[in-house]
Amino acid sequence: MKRSIVCRCEDISEEDVIHAIDEGYTDIEELRKKLRIGMGPCQGRVCIQIVARILEKKTGKKVATTPLPTVRPPIIPVSLGTLASENDEK
Amino acid sequence: MKSKADVVIIGGGVNGCSLAYKLAKKGLDVVVVEKKYLSSGATGACGAGIRQQWSTRENALLAIKSVKMFEQLSRELGQDIEFRQGGYLIAVHDEKEMEQAEKNVAMQRSLGLKVDILKPEEITNVVPILDVQGMKAIGATFCPTDGHANPFRTTFAYADAARSHGAEINTHTTVMNLKTAKKAIRTVITDKGPIQTNVVVNAAGIDSKAIAEMVHIHLPLTPMRKEIMATERLQPLFEAMVISFKDGVYFSQQKEGQIVGGIPIPEEKGGYKTMPTFRFLEHMSRTLTRYAPMLKHVNLLRHWTGFYDVTPDARPILGEVKGIKGFLQCNGFSGHGFMISPMVTELLTDLIVEGKTSEVLQNLTLDRFKDNNIEKELSVVG
Repeated sequence: MKRSIVCRCEDISEEDVIHAIDEGYTDIEELRKKLRIGMGPCQGRVCIQIVARILEKKTGKKVATTPLPTVRPPIIPVSLGTLASENDEK
Repeated sequence: MKSKADVVIIGGGVNGCSLAYKLAKKGLDVVVVEKKYLSSGATGACGAGIRQQWSTRENALLAIKSVKMFEQLSRELGQDIEFRQGGYLIAVHDEKEMEQAEKNVAMQRSLGLKVDILKPEEITNVVPILDVQGMKAIGATFCPTDGHANPFRTTFAYADAARSHGAEINTHTTVMNLKTAKKAIRTVITDKGPIQTNVVVNAAGIDSKAIAEMVHIHLPLTPMRKEIMATERLQPLFEAMVISFKDGVYFSQQKEGQIVGGIPIPEEKGGYKTMPTFRFLEHMSRTLTRYAPMLKHVNLLRHWTGFYDVTPDARPILGEVKGIKGFLQCNGFSGHGFMISPMVTELLTDLIVEGKTSEVLQNLTLDRFKDNNIEKELSVVG
């Protein structure tokens, strides 16, 4: 079976997104929480634009007016050891 | 949107959606009004833990009965809420903490809960990745039936079930005002129009305070920003949630494999600011790698903030407010609203549908602050 992957981090396909929209999850934040898109190592850089376009096709909500999900720092994954190593704990 | 309802619930978090489901199932006409999207507040930001080990009897009772309901919930709602019982391991660091732990365990056991006190060498039997010396533990308490569930899935499953019983859920809808007549609730004014009703449930998390002010009720709620982080996915390493009241840290491995945990920043004050801080990342990563040194090679993916709506005794405000008929509170959860939501909404359903109250509900009304009848919950983490 052919699957068009939308989110590589969480293995979510175009069909999964369409199905969730059909179930009534038409807010990009709701879709994120339902499907975990944007929660993997890429933090949404790969998937969110594609999901926004599917959302536009299905609901008419323009990509330009769909707000981006809240950005969660850090921008790229950082190891706990690196974060812990900077200075001695005060 | 409907212009009339039996009950209007303000807030689409886990408590609001759970209550909507239970009331709709009893045949009531329910409308939920949510300012953003479902689970957008404390529910969606929470640590997903479900704990029965509390210091006050009310919280322990609410949690024990809630776990019994969580055990059945996936089947009842027809959706997997990812509930699993890996237990909670609470680290004990000194004699004074041990004294309190023994007191808590005795009370919890009197309510029928199975809780053990572990020796230091038994800690790694439960969570193998822990460094007992590094975490400076002289023991621990462990309850094997504590656990986790997925807060998003739980909230969405409740909302779906509520809708299928006829409840109306309006997201992106803001409450502008509440109107009363003859000291009773009459109308909820929203930005999408008014709703006539005799019962309003204030389940709006940190915004509950502002909602109550609309009818001149003052709730003693302080918003406390909390930060929390998630790592990349790992193979299953441990099942229990590890927490420490002294260090304030909590962490667990979720079903998908990521480790999720938080810790309060020592100098943090109350307020509505939502920005995550670098100070948290430092403090959290140092504490976490002290507890479990092997995690230093693991990548942190993201970190976010959420709010505890904290009351003076760290216990929720529930039930009807004196002076305004039909104005019910379901807020002030102080960081543990998700885990006690099944029982809280059960008690409120009994109150709304049958007018039935209970000892727990009576001890948790707003009046307790006026009467100074408060017993502080000590077992708070994060």
